[in-house]
Amino acid sequence: METVFGIVVDGIAYGMILFIISVGLSVTLGLMRVVNLAHSAFAMIGGYTASYAIQSLGFGYAGALILAIVVTVLISLPLERLLYRRLYGVENELPQVLLTIGLAFMVVATMNIIFGPTLKQIPLPELLSGPVSLGPKIISAHRIFVIGMGVATILGLWALLEKTDFGIRLRAAVDDPKMAAALGIKTETLYAATFALGSGLAALGGVLGAELLPLEPYYAIRYIVILLAVVAVGGAGSILGSVAASLALGILDTGAKYLFPNFGDFFFYGALVLILFRWPNGFFDKRAA
Amino acid sequence: MTGKGALIDQMGVALVAVLGVAAFFVFPEDLGFMTRIAATALYVLSLDLILGYGGIPSMGQAALFGAGAYAAGIASIRLVQDPIVLLGIGGVVGGLVALVTGTLILRARGLTLLMLTIAVGEIVREVVNKARDYTGGSDGLGGVSAAPVFGTFRFDMYGRTGYLFALTVLVIGILVARRIVRSPFGLACRGVKEDPLRVVALGGRPRRYLIVMYGISGVFAGVAGAVTAVTSGIVGLDSVSFSWSAEALVMLVLGGAGRLCGAIIGTVGFMTIHHILSAADPFRWMLVIGAMLVAIVLFVPGGIVAVLDPAIARFRKRAEAKR
Repeated sequence: METVFGIVVDGIAYGMILFIISVGLSVTLGLMRVVNLAHSAFAMIGGYTASYAIQSLGFGYAGALILAIVVTVLISLPLERLLYRRLYGVENELPQVLLTIGLAFMVVATMNIIFGPTLKQIPLPELLSGPVSLGPKIISAHRIFVIGMGVATILGLWALLEKTDFGIRLRAAVDDPKMAAALGIKTETLYAATFALGSGLAALGGVLGAELLPLEPYYAIRYIVILLAVVAVGGAGSILGSVAASLALGILDTGAKYLFPNFGDFFFYGALVLILFRWPNGFFDKRAA
Repeated sequence: MTGKGALIDQMGVALVAVLGVAAFFVFPEDLGFMTRIAATALYVLSLDLILGYGGIPSMGQAALFGAGAYAAGIASIRLVQDPIVLLGIGGVVGGLVALVTGTLILRARGLTLLMLTIAVGEIVREVVNKARDYTGGSDGLGGVSAAPVFGTFRFDMYGRTGYLFALTVLVIGILVARRIVRSPFGLACRGVKEDPLRVVALGGRPRRYLIVMYGISGVFAGVAGAVTAVTSGIVGLDSVSFSWSAEALVMLVLGGAGRLCGAIIGTVGFMTIHHILSAADPFRWMLVIGAMLVAIVLFVPGGIVAVLDPAIARFRKRAEAKR
């Protein structure tokens, strides 16, 4: 029973991190039709920035988190303007894969040249580092914080998409970009804003998830696989799908590591192949953002 | 095969053979490195068959390469030592792995397919890592040894036999691959790449073509793996790694996908730059690869071959004018 409880809590926390990081990837794929293999690089930039801000500049946790998001967005916007925009509407996915993986390599290399090739820590504030007793169970405060932030992100995105003008335009552009443009929606601005939102969320996830996805030198390349898995299973452009896929894969991966420590990866990828065999386009492929 | 690219393809095989033999005499110190280039070129060629001619962006090609390498390595330790037979074993195993996984994953398209090729690669890596009794796990498989080629040419410590063996296999590989891509089957695959729907309308079966092509690509990758195992004597876990798959993609695109000589030129270029820069910090090397990839996509989508083609066409025009 303890094990099951541990798996569920850790799995949900892990799933929330996967969701926060990967939702931007999913929306980029659904809206701009770009497979962004450099998406995890934005999480890496965020994580490294926060780590540096706390350990060398004396920032607090919250300050570092905000700084990380701002820095990542500021880096991602010119990249969107100069590189990604050329890929929008390209039918063949090969140039997208190549350009974005090249970008991921460059980010990994630059991060390691600037900050050194070591594992980076993001020390948690006292409030988040202790255990919290929740009835008879004891959970780490960090896990609760992560799950809370995940739920807040889901609700925030839902409100943004369903209740605001931006959300209406975004959904219109996902459904039919040409028609949306013809109706006067500035798709270029919309794409840039969405891209910035996605990379900012990736940075948030990179910082929050530093305990679950350690900030190691090859971060961007190691974790892009699981993010792609989330998007493939969830269905591109579907937020509900991303939530479902993140939680499913988060719990699956955590469970596999707890129960079969020696065969964790085997189990995970095997399950992935079976899922994609059954649902080749993901759980939800309505292409609704 | 007419058009501006024809000449470079026709001369290509002879050129590879001549330059390869010339390199044998010019760089006698670097035979080990050049052997690796020859085997890698065959591996990248296998990716070209499936990516350049089938349109499948595979990020799990190392699974097929590694399957062949480990099969040949294990067979040499436990069963036979004849190098030709070992290559055969590598090719058959690589091809079988490709056929089985291809049947499973080639229903999907786009991102899902890309994801599945990665997943297959990771599963094969995990199997190899766990089957420690056979593969040596993360320590790698050492002590792979092969009997003399045709019973006469021993694999010497200078790597002379190894290099000529790898070069010969590469040249034969290019000839076979050229035959395949120019056959009606190869053209049908190219048709699937361009427009699968039209192939269906013409009475073809896109998925079956792709599975067969994937199997052929697996045979090539498996043979390449076996060549590496036989000539180097070791098989490491890195031969089934994700980064080895990604590097194949980089090399192919650098040279030019969809052209057999692109695979060769890309491999030679990439590995030579790597060899020169490897003394530098690995992250600077990574920065170079990344920048190279971005630059290729933005400025020369066809790779090095696309840059060479017009020059060769001009040269030929001038030659014809003289005549």
